[in-house]
Amino acid sequence: MPDQDEPVWVDTTVNGVRHEEVVDARTTLADFLRGRLRLTGTHVGCEHGVCGACTVIVDGAAVRSCLMLAVQADGAVVETVEGLTDDPGDLTPLQDAFSRHHAVQCGFCTSGFLMSTTAALREGPVTDEAQARDVLSGNICRCTGYTGMVAALLEVGGTRDDH
Amino acid sequence: MKPGRFTYHAPRSVDEALAVLGQHAGDAKVLAGGQSLMPLLNFRVAEPGHLVDVNRLPGLSEPVRTATGWHVPALVRQRAVERSAALTGAFPLLGRALHEVAHPQIRNRGTLCGSLAHADAAAELPAVVTALDGRLRIASPRGERTVAAADFFVFHLTTALEDDELLLGVDLDDLPAGTTTSFHEFAGRRGDFALAAVAGQATRDTRGVVTRCRLVAAGVAGTPLRLRAAEDVLLGARLDDSALAAATRAAAHEARPTGDVHASAGYRRDLVGTLTRRVLADIAAAVPTEELTHA
Repeated sequence: MPDQDEPVWVDTTVNGVRHEEVVDARTTLADFLRGRLRLTGTHVGCEHGVCGACTVIVDGAAVRSCLMLAVQADGAVVETVEGLTDDPGDLTPLQDAFSRHHAVQCGFCTSGFLMSTTAALREGPVTDEAQARDVLSGNICRCTGYTGMVAALLEVGGTRDDH
Repeated sequence: MKPGRFTYHAPRSVDEALAVLGQHAGDAKVLAGGQSLMPLLNFRVAEPGHLVDVNRLPGLSEPVRTATGWHVPALVRQRAVERSAALTGAFPLLGRALHEVAHPQIRNRGTLCGSLAHADAAAELPAVVTALDGRLRIASPRGERTVAAADFFVFHLTTALEDDELLLGVDLDDLPAGTTTSFHEFAGRRGDFALAAVAGQATRDTRGVVTRCRLVAAGVAGTPLRLRAAEDVLLGARLDDSALAAATRAAAHEARPTGDVHASAGYRRDLVGTLTRRVLADIAAAVPTEELTHA
């Protein structure tokens, strides 16, 4: 193992803002977003790709940011929960539905769920419960029992615009 | 936890990647989709001094039509495979198995070849590629070689790849006319590794007699396990109830799984039989392509 960390350049666009930063090669994308860019809406849970709390959207695809190095996002376009709306006070229809259907309790997993479901709804409508549960299955919530999330997803899932 | 320190390499050509691997053989790991390697790095189960990120290698991201079938290069994501009508049309069990591999967020990054090179004994794709008689193209400073899937998997997390070799892709031949495929698995939770899985294909003649058959189980041995006794039962037979019952018994009998906290050995052995029966029932119910074209 090298004695010192290796600095590497990262040039990446996060929520529409371009960032040119020098990071340690071993920095994960999750830690880069949180520690360097102070975008702490992305949460770090299991750090091995199981819980989904760190899910972000990279070049249009939902991915685990704990399983990507920051340097691998060089040249990529990254979206985090902070970028879902232009104004921090606004909510997307999906976020609003999460709120109304009590799909949130402690909130730790919520940003990951929002990024996974946002990406899924961009790919196509979600119209029945089995499909909704399939979309939700890549993230873990220990509070809500998922019922509210299924309801929220089905409420907005039939339409494809404005997610 | 966080990864240990490493020197990061992002080669722009296969030759450059091979040079780095050769220079640091034994202390370097190849990073493709990272969905298996990154957890190992984060937990420091693996602490390579050099990480060779192959994601910037050109020309390895798109499936290529060959004279005999398809070549799936190293950087084709699992999600791209499942969304490729050409690949899932040619190999229906590939799409079916991929739906059971983790979750879309993992498959968006994970590669087909990465799963093969990682060679987890409970992973679906090594069994599927073995059932398809896949051939793996491997590059090293000594040139290129091809290894049959049946010879590639040595043990859990162990393959025929040498330290200085790079898996370039996998070749899958088109299935003969009259062939039907299927895949079934049982996992504790959606997206988990399989407690057991069975991938299969069978070719039938116009009378419905099996002329060619592959049945491969995952999760019940150190490598994908070819269920040869069950195949032998089926060869020359029609896929009727008695043939299915005999093949089910043979498959369960020849699997020699070990038990662990997730499932006992006996439970896994029974699963192999049950999943084999489900695979064969799918195949029996399907109209082989040849009969369709003659209809």
